[in-house]
Amino acid sequence: MSCDGPFLSTVMDLAKFPSEEWVKLYMEQLNANKNYEEAAKTWEGDFLFVIQADAELKEPSTMYMDLWHGKCRSVALVSPGEDKKAAFTYSGPYGNWKKLINKQIDPIQGLLTGKFKLQGDMAKVLRAVRAAKELVETATKVPTEFV
Amino acid sequence: MWWFISPRIVFGEDSLEQLSGIEGKRVLIVTDPVVRKLGMVEIVANELGKEPRAVEVFDHVEAEPSFENVEKVAGVARSFLPDLIVALGGGSCIDAAKGAWVLYERPDLKLDAVSPMTKLDLRKKARLVAIPTTAGTGSDATWVAVLTDRAQNMKLDYFASRELVPDYSILDPRFLFKLPREATAYTGLDALDQAIEAYVNQWRNDFSDGLALRAIQILFEHLPRAFDNPDDLLARQKTQNAATMSGLAFGNSQVGLAHSTGHALGAIFHMAHGLAVGISNPYVIQFSSRDAAQRYSDIAHAIGIEEKSAPKATEVLVKSIRDLMVHLKTPPCLRDAGISQKAFEENLGTLIEQTNRATCTFVNPRVPDVEEVRKLFVYMYEGKPVDF
Repeated sequence: MSCDGPFLSTVMDLAKFPSEEWVKLYMEQLNANKNYEEAAKTWEGDFLFVIQADAELKEPSTMYMDLWHGKCRSVALVSPGEDKKAAFTYSGPYGNWKKLINKQIDPIQGLLTGKFKLQGDMAKVLRAVRAAKELVETATKVPTEFV
Repeated sequence: MWWFISPRIVFGEDSLEQLSGIEGKRVLIVTDPVVRKLGMVEIVANELGKEPRAVEVFDHVEAEPSFENVEKVAGVARSFLPDLIVALGGGSCIDAAKGAWVLYERPDLKLDAVSPMTKLDLRKKARLVAIPTTAGTGSDATWVAVLTDRAQNMKLDYFASRELVPDYSILDPRFLFKLPREATAYTGLDALDQAIEAYVNQWRNDFSDGLALRAIQILFEHLPRAFDNPDDLLARQKTQNAATMSGLAFGNSQVGLAHSTGHALGAIFHMAHGLAVGISNPYVIQFSSRDAAQRYSDIAHAIGIEEKSAPKATEVLVKSIRDLMVHLKTPPCLRDAGISQKAFEENLGTLIEQTNRATCTFVNPRVPDVEEVRKLFVYMYEGKPVDF
């Protein structure tokens, strides 16, 4: 039995997290997610995802996503030193992001236990739990290579 | 990591006597007109009067308290300046007291801005004692308060904070003797659903598991007795304990989909909370069993069902709950609860929307998509066994 073909292709398609390539792939997957589109159809608010440095990740990284009415309009990897603003900032150490993407942390429990911090209108987020769930669920489906 | 949080719980006959030993020079009792009429406020005030202190009473808490109602309680607190708040009543009174406590201590906050992530810094001005007069809500032991946003005609399910857990919960069964049979049934079914959902939801843990299973056992044994004979002291005591145990169980894990649908039904059709979740419960178990049959099977075994196969044990569990509902004279479906076909169809979209917004939907063992939520409501309305 050969193990090339699909296996190799999967390996080739992995995107390093965090990176511009990863966030672009994430945007593609999110825009293809009909459940997200429905759940977030009234959502207006861009996000900064801050991946803080820890023992595994030497340099912190910030990804930007412009989320509007069920679609992601644009993404970017924020350059170090750039003062990018967004309505919401979700931040946590790299190791916790890794667990989130691997479904080892529930995103809300992550906030309750201080593994992540969310800045912005909390009430707005808590009234859009299905959209938030789809947002995280989609991240878990991005073929990801961790550092 | 996770926590287990609990108030100090005083339980059993004469436990109210402990109230006189709790410090507080200015005490605000938060209650409703029914509790007042039944003479319970005087009993509590007499106990507080054993020490020199000023007592003020707010007795206009409404069922399913609105933001406006909570503001009124907070207004009284701001002028009376209590250092002890005593919530006396069912879940509505305790939840209104929790909301007012936050506004009193933190006038800079709005109710809909409070979430588990908000640092409240409570207890700078007052502490909270809960004295439940029903056996169902468990609010005397939880970190959450369910408040109604009338402007949006929905219940806010994220008004929660670990700081909101009362300092004391006093479970004196004397307050339950005058609880009407219908309220005994509905609040008991709420406690049962809380315990079941605490045991199966995605945030369950060893601590909540133990409390949930024991609460379920107690409720199956003692709720019918409390319903049949309101003066049965043991049954009243046991159901009261079970309700608080179910509160501890779900307060330290979560509830699930039956509470999401129940909150939506309560907000839209103004159904009693216990009736709404009581009707929802068997349908949600049937829906969720695909992903949690073993957990439901544990519950079935805990109440003496001997069926070994998990799916079959779950079926028997659902039948046992339905039998209990028949005993408690509780309608099995929304149609039988008096909701007209027209009203149901007109409001179905809003029911679905609110269920989709509720946090507890997403910790249910099986998370429904939008179409599944719609079907679930239709089956609940018509009384059909869930087959999807």
